[in-house]
Amino acid sequence: MAGTWGRFNITALVLGFAFLYLPILLLVIYSFNESRLVTVWAGFSTRWYVSLLSNRGLMDAAWVTARVAFISATVATVLGTMAAVALTRYTRFRGRLLFSGMVFAPLVMPEVITGLSLLLLFVAIGFDRGFMTVTLAHITFSMCFVAVVVQSRLVSFDRSLEEAAMDLGATPLRAFFQVTLPIILPAVISGWMLAFTLSLDDLVIASFTSGPGATTLPMKIYSQVRLGVTPEINAVCTILIGIVTLGVIAASVVNKRREVRRQREERLAFAG
Amino acid sequence: MRKLVSGLGGRAVIAVPYLWLFIFFLVPFFIVLKISLSQVTIAIPPYIPVFNWQDGLAGFFQKLGALSLDNYLWLADDPLYVNAYLSSLRIAAVSTLLTLLVGYPLAYGMARAPLAVRPILLMMVILPFWTSFLIRVYAWIGILKPEGLLNQFLMFLGLIDQPLIIANTTTAVYIGIVYSYLPFMVLPLYATLEKMDYSLIEAAEDLGCTPLAAFWKITFPLSLPGVLAGCMLVFIPAVGEFVIPDLLGGSGTLMIGKTLWNEFFANRDWPVSSAVAIVLLLILVLPIVYFQRAQARAQERAG
Repeated sequence: MAGTWGRFNITALVLGFAFLYLPILLLVIYSFNESRLVTVWAGFSTRWYVSLLSNRGLMDAAWVTARVAFISATVATVLGTMAAVALTRYTRFRGRLLFSGMVFAPLVMPEVITGLSLLLLFVAIGFDRGFMTVTLAHITFSMCFVAVVVQSRLVSFDRSLEEAAMDLGATPLRAFFQVTLPIILPAVISGWMLAFTLSLDDLVIASFTSGPGATTLPMKIYSQVRLGVTPEINAVCTILIGIVTLGVIAASVVNKRREVRRQREERLAFAG
Repeated sequence: MRKLVSGLGGRAVIAVPYLWLFIFFLVPFFIVLKISLSQVTIAIPPYIPVFNWQDGLAGFFQKLGALSLDNYLWLADDPLYVNAYLSSLRIAAVSTLLTLLVGYPLAYGMARAPLAVRPILLMMVILPFWTSFLIRVYAWIGILKPEGLLNQFLMFLGLIDQPLIIANTTTAVYIGIVYSYLPFMVLPLYATLEKMDYSLIEAAEDLGCTPLAAFWKITFPLSLPGVLAGCMLVFIPAVGEFVIPDLLGGSGTLMIGKTLWNEFFANRDWPVSSAVAIVLLLILVLPIVYFQRAQARAQERAG
């Protein structure tokens, strides 16, 4: 089907995307507002960004969040990729049903339940709440998202490449690292990014599992938002949106480049 | 593929994530179940433990008698909890339907857009999903409040002369859920609509079907798997939603995720909040199992 622009389709797209983007756009615009009143425009100013730098509480929280997100995304990517390989390659092993259940359930599990149950686990085993517990909790729910992303790439992966490598004498481990991993790498990277942003974003699970000294940025933002909308919060949000947007665009550009290079190499290989 | 199955590496690939999820996902549920059957007390942690590892098997059976369903009876007795469950289900159902109504035209427009533009449109749907949930909900506070941007705009147009009261009502919660969960609805819908064979519609129209009739008789039934997947992805988490009712809802908006949060953080009643969680899980277990089955089926079809 060669698509065409129908009048209905254009209207649907314009309205749909306006709904998705206008609120974020307004939030970004009003972060540059001179006035303390968020909804009254009083001229362009960057003063809220400046005052942000001297807000120690927010800065500390941002640093905690960045570290939690980095560690948890990295561990979750390793575990999630393993889970994805296990689910796609081993169609039968004892407890597979339970395993796939445990991988898919956290995707839709209400966060309050995940948060409460993890907290009660940490209390039961006498683990002090803090940086470690938040990180462990984030690894647990984000590894499932990584598993789903990587798995969707693995099912469309041509296994004969891997088999060829092993026929030529590569061990399974070596075949995975030298053949499979480079090909599924874009999915693994987007899995890592998804895990990173999920951790950056999480309020509910962090609130349950965190302890003194490990306040994350969403927790800090939440406690300030409850007191009312402030331009300073708008500024923090704008910075976060900027980082995430740049990250996503950079990743897609890198992926596109890899794709182009791969196609060129294939053409060269055939020509030669 | 037999080569990969055997060997230490193969076993580790299964065992490591399996063990992790077992410890950090499955075991915690049994702990929640256990605590939901204990009595509340003023202590740290604030509940009387029902089981003790040191007691051994005899102690286990003895303590079995100490288990109490008091917390569950308490939940059933107090209309607050019953109403919170019912109103969560209602709010989640209504917002799921609204999300479908908003998401379907968008997904349809994307699926029928020229091939070259589709990846960009897809990326544009995914991008807001990457930005923080909290931020997206927060953005609506400034828009919906009485002196907010929406009211300013409508009054500027002369459509209203009194500000609409939307903030801190259930309407605001609907808007928040539809907005936050829209990508979850659009993505599966787009996936099924894009794969659809549009020559079927052309055939129907050639045979005299009106476009609307063709849509209801062909497009919609064929997109049902996407509709169901999208609805599950919105409905299940929306039932237990906390951030949206807390920030956008008012005192009249009763949702169970918020009740659980208050029970835990404000009242420090761990046994009752555990019981709330267990009942919520029981309510959601059917849709969750259904969702898993559908996921597994889709995966087998793809593989």
